Amino acid sequence: MPVKVRIPTPLQRLTQGKEEVESIQGTIIAVVNDLDKNFPGIAERISENGKIRRFVNIYLNDEDIRFMNNEETVAKDGDEISIVPAIAGGAIRRTL
Amino acid sequence: MGHIKGLKCRECSREYPVAPIYVCEFCFGPLEVSYDYKSISKAISRKKIEQRPQNLWRYREFLPIDGEPQVGLSSGYTPLLKADNLAKAIGATELYIKDDTVVHPTLSFKDRVVAIALTKAKEFGFDTVACASTGNLAHSVSAQGAKAGFKRFIFIPASLETSKITASLVFEPNLIAIDGNYDEVNRLCSEVANKYKWAFVNINIRPFYAEGSKTLGFEIIEQLGWKAPDNVVVPCASGSLLTKIWKSFKEFKDTGIIKELHTKVFAAQATGCSPIVAAIKNGTDIIRPVKPDTIAKSLAIGNPADGFYATQVVKETEGYGEDVSDQEIIDSIKLLAKTEGIFAETAGGVTLAATIKLIEKGKIKPDESIVICITGNGLKTQEALQGHTISPHYIKPSLASFEEALKNIKG
Repeated sequence: MPVKVRIPTPLQRLTQGKEEVESIQGTIIAVVNDLDKNFPGIAERISENGKIRRFVNIYLNDEDIRFMNNEETVAKDGDEISIVPAIAGGAIRRTL
Repeated sequence: MGHIKGLKCRECSREYPVAPIYVCEFCFGPLEVSYDYKSISKAISRKKIEQRPQNLWRYREFLPIDGEPQVGLSSGYTPLLKADNLAKAIGATELYIKDDTVVHPTLSFKDRVVAIALTKAKEFGFDTVACASTGNLAHSVSAQGAKAGFKRFIFIPASLETSKITASLVFEPNLIAIDGNYDEVNRLCSEVANKYKWAFVNINIRPFYAEGSKTLGFEIIEQLGWKAPDNVVVPCASGSLLTKIWKSFKEFKDTGIIKELHTKVFAAQATGCSPIVAAIKNGTDIIRPVKPDTIAKSLAIGNPADGFYATQVVKETEGYGEDVSDQEIIDSIKLLAKTEGIFAETAGGVTLAATIKLIEKGKIKPDESIVICITGNGLKTQEALQGHTISPHYIKPSLASFEEALKNIKG
């Protein structure tokens, strides 16, 4: 079972309207780069120079990756990743 | 009369027209209002400001409105008090309290940001305003929205204390009490904001709303006799207030209202929720989110949206940050009350306690001028002091009983 990735509304234009897509297992940044192969442009929106953009939150199985190993956190087959744009002024958000 | 150029992404600098939007479509960075400072310089002077009524709209050229002010016409211009008793107690010489425990109409600095947000909501043509809040913001939107004739939706966690709910309910907004925690309230609000065409003051109106915090900084400079202080200590939740106070100081410098600016900006947080101060102390600009655990609930944002920018301001101005325990917060609330007669909410205790530590550690030089920003009224967070105050002297209704009690009273 591959890694499941939940795509927020503002990025669904790049995934042909799909809310959920699949990726190979690996570090978060490897997942982002894998997504970019199938959905060109998506990596640029959520990362810059191998780092997740400051205003993008990424959750692995509902835990913020900043509580783990950031971009180097490893997602395994069957895991679920949520990409959530941080909303100014908000508290920690789990899903969108 | 407006001097706004547009909105600009703080991250990637992409530009957008003035609209009720708040996030960059490309990189999800926050949008900020940008101004034409040349035209502001020509339009404004100290004399012009001094001739205006004593409210926050006396700095209107620096605020993101196009027409006349419509909301909060008595908000702002709170006292800047020279705090000599407190100065003596904490080893400072020239100490001032910016006293936002008395902002009209709901006794916290949120009245400033809501004044601007609701004026802007009128300009955009909204008939409904909304917010997610656990306290000060809910009170201010409920009250100022009532006066301004808006329909109001206030979203709160259902588990809030009764006293806080009453202080919103009295204004009769639509109070939506959600069976969930604050994170879930926030999440729901972002979905509601996407679907309903309402002015969510801290979501789609945020770029305009946040600018209201600058008025606190403008007032400090004017009330010091058109001079910026050597040091300013600011409580941090999202970090927005700190960045906006610094922005206000820079704007006065850049438009020639003041000639010199050497202020150091200091951040104050509770140890139980100190992601910004932790980053400052670690010398990094990476904000690691935390799960808040502190009595300073109005500062309990574990994932602060403007945290990065706050650390940048502290670095740029050679300031620092300090975090304090719940006991230190309580002690400082009491010290401020005892020495200066001001009852601050828990956030005020955080700011004073942090100032004391900063002086002790030599980060703030005691012979320099210091301004402490006290941003909300203690009557709203009385439960934090339960069991921590002195007790009344209970007596019978007789002179004898009184005089018996008097024997135990020292001074």
